Amino acid sequence: METIFFTLVAAAAVLTGLLVVTCRNPINSALSLVMTFFCLATLYVMLDAPFMAAIQVLVYAGAIMVLIVFVIMLLNVRSETAKRYTHAGFISSVVGCLLLFVSLYFLNHSSLTGVRGSLDTAVINQVGHTELIGKALFTDFLLPFEITSILLLVAIIGAVILTRSANPSTSKICD
Amino acid sequence: MGYELFGLPMIYYISMVLKVLVVFVFVLLTVAYATYAERKLIGHMQVRFGPMRTGWHGLLQPIADGLKLFFKEEIIPAQADKFAFLLAPIIALVPAFIGFAVIPFGDTIEVMGYKIPLQIAAFYDTSAGKVVDLNVGVLYILGLASLGVYGIVLAGWASNSKYSLLGGLRSSAQMISYELAAGLAIVSVFMLSESLSLQKIVADQSGMFWNWYAFKQPLAFVLFSICSLAEINRTPFDLPEAETELVSGFCTEYSSMKYAMFFMAEYANMITVCAVTTTLFLGGWHGPAILPGWVWFVAKVYFLIFLCMWVRATYPRYRYDQLMRLGWKVFLPLTLLNIVITGIVASFF
Repeated sequence: METIFFTLVAAAAVLTGLLVVTCRNPINSALSLVMTFFCLATLYVMLDAPFMAAIQVLVYAGAIMVLIVFVIMLLNVRSETAKRYTHAGFISSVVGCLLLFVSLYFLNHSSLTGVRGSLDTAVINQVGHTELIGKALFTDFLLPFEITSILLLVAIIGAVILTRSANPSTSKICD
Repeated sequence: MGYELFGLPMIYYISMVLKVLVVFVFVLLTVAYATYAERKLIGHMQVRFGPMRTGWHGLLQPIADGLKLFFKEEIIPAQADKFAFLLAPIIALVPAFIGFAVIPFGDTIEVMGYKIPLQIAAFYDTSAGKVVDLNVGVLYILGLASLGVYGIVLAGWASNSKYSLLGGLRSSAQMISYELAAGLAIVSVFMLSESLSLQKIVADQSGMFWNWYAFKQPLAFVLFSICSLAEINRTPFDLPEAETELVSGFCTEYSSMKYAMFFMAEYANMITVCAVTTTLFLGGWHGPAILPGWVWFVAKVYFLIFLCMWVRATYPRYRYDQLMRLGWKVFLPLTLLNIVITGIVASFF
């Protein structure tokens, strides 16, 4: 039952992922990407990680992709779609094939079994998935967490400074 | 009822299907009669009668409206992106309805020895002796709300019309801004309940009414109510469809059933938001034991819907820059302040 469901979701994820790069219309690509995120969220749920799934939908599908769609709509990139980037397509497909080959080779010929941590399904069900993430984030991984937030703050300030016009009369409009 | 399927008793499946059907039909009926109630209410507040002709005091008006919209001609603009145009109303409608899956609307009832919680996405765990529900229920609702934006954005873009596009863009900007403030406002509720599960949040508010989070978190309650009004595009924040400047915003080019779907999505969103506010702040289905829990739940939700309509009859629409300033410069800092205060108070007392 679970395997069938996983196969369906994974197939949908791969299909929508392919649609992202093959669609001619950028809006359709963006929507396919939303669908891919949704499938990933479903996979998180199957891995006993509902908090990750909710955040995936909330942040990636709900906020970031809306902004991307927003930009695509305002830029009106329809004229761009007519061009074909054959060189880029050729190079990227060669690189992609190489990467796929390398990863398949290592899967077959090495002893990559993964490292088993102390957290299994029983622990997650007992303590709670959200609590585990919160504890890990604010104790063991506090420094990376803080560094990431400072990085984001710098990015926000940079964006504000870049978009602020030198002429105060025009900046009034975006206020 | 001794049969089992995938290790669960048959009554589990039967109760699940029944819960879904009952809630769905109930919400659909509420949507239909909310349109009638709104017209009637605003009519009386403006010293008019509202609909009077169809049935006694216009009681059959929603059915007449539905039939009319159903038989209208379907118009798709020639320059529209057909696929996205057809998809948009569906994307708007579905998240509005499936949000109800996680809302607990009553106490656990017992049917033929099986305990059934009145919440769709939940079951009674006999070995643990408690109700198990989705442990990130609130985030699920927030996630659905953020997916509902796509319906409106796509509708605006696919119609290939200036007014629609402007309405769609406005709406997406507004919903993203206020989603943030609404999400942060309920963080303080999580800090008190120490859980994201709606079952636990409701259980925490049992007892007398001063246990409700509306009284423990008054600032969060007010902020969440206002932000959710903005998120469901209700007056005074109904800028995406501001008929005086944008004709009708994102649904200008829509007709027939597709227009009706947007309309239904708007009212279903209103009901969902009122149900969430009831669950998070007004004690959910708790109330004096003279009436069953679900009656209290429905009464509280209907009262909040009434408040939404009252606000619509009372306040004029905000200007767009005022709306953005309010969201980012007033509500967001206030919610953050509330989180800090809650954190300090909760850690010292």
